[in-house]
Amino acid sequence: MISRVATLAWLLASAGALAQTTGEARRSGFDTMSPALRAMQRDDQQNPGMLWVADGEVLWNKIFGISFSCASCHRDARKSMRGVAARYPDWDPIDKKPVDLTQRINLCRTRHQLVLPLPPESEEMLSLEAYVAYQSRGMSLAPSTATELEAPRARGRRLYEQRIGQLNLSCSLCHDQLAGHVLAGATIPQGHVNGYPTYRLEWQGLGTLQRRIRNCLSGVRAEPPPFDSDEMIELELYLAQRGAGLPVEAPAVRP
Amino acid sequence: MARTLIHAPATARKGEVVEIRTLIGHTMESGYRAGSDGRTLPRDIIRRFTCRYNSEVVFSADFYPAIAANPYLAFFVTADSSGSFTFTWEGDNGFAQTESATITVT
Repeated sequence: MISRVATLAWLLASAGALAQTTGEARRSGFDTMSPALRAMQRDDQQNPGMLWVADGEVLWNKIFGISFSCASCHRDARKSMRGVAARYPDWDPIDKKPVDLTQRINLCRTRHQLVLPLPPESEEMLSLEAYVAYQSRGMSLAPSTATELEAPRARGRRLYEQRIGQLNLSCSLCHDQLAGHVLAGATIPQGHVNGYPTYRLEWQGLGTLQRRIRNCLSGVRAEPPPFDSDEMIELELYLAQRGAGLPVEAPAVRP
Repeated sequence: MARTLIHAPATARKGEVVEIRTLIGHTMESGYRAGSDGRTLPRDIIRRFTCRYNSEVVFSADFYPAIAANPYLAFFVTADSSGSFTFTWEGDNGFAQTESATITVT
């Protein structure tokens, strides 16, 4: 009986928390960081992510393959790339599947520049991605509304809510229901995706959302899906929707 | 060539205390970590940072393996004459990088 009451209380509390994180109470991970870390992110001379942004600007103008740089087609990234990172993942009409920003850059490489795709999490890819994402800084996350994305986004939501791994936890359990509580000395954030690629102190480097998700999945002792797998993109699609409206902070700093 | 981010004011009043902030991209490999093949990665760190103001050393720091990657330093200098700041990072494997910034003192 007691355990049933406790379960009921737990369910009620979690329903309340769930409602909270989908409404007004959404908070960027920025808000739960220490003042020192917040200062580090805000100051572009202190934010190490800006090193990658500077590299990305060089790569943007570098000619790859025979004769194309990114700038050959897209010209000034400050204009052409504004809002792009806030919208992705988006639908690719040629391959007829959703693609995230990393894949989009690689599609440009293979289709137009005619060069090999960059490996996931490579320094060059991170730099280009950071430079593109930086152009959307301060804008609200505004996920693509393409109708083709509805089904994969719904699958992403199911993955997000599904218990997984030896610890039998779902993303939602921590990041919706227990956000704000403490796990191993660290505050559990709501897990929003408005800062990627992100400089994590734990990584001592820049990384993408996929790297972060894989971290979490190995943390719950599940087998992480490979980079750029359908599951990853579906999760990214749902997470972008979940964080819609939050300001883009890329490149953010996180503990 | 490593990447750097330097913040130094372009102008200052004579006698003003100005803040200088520097960040350099560097792995700061401690020499204690194992690589993916299980072998210890050799140490590769910056050993010393020096800031010269019109060729006079006004700030320097020794770095050790416990310093995190991409080391950031902030320090204060009294602006007394126009000229330049020279920032030098030196480290393992012959690592050396010099950057500079100019300041006009009125």
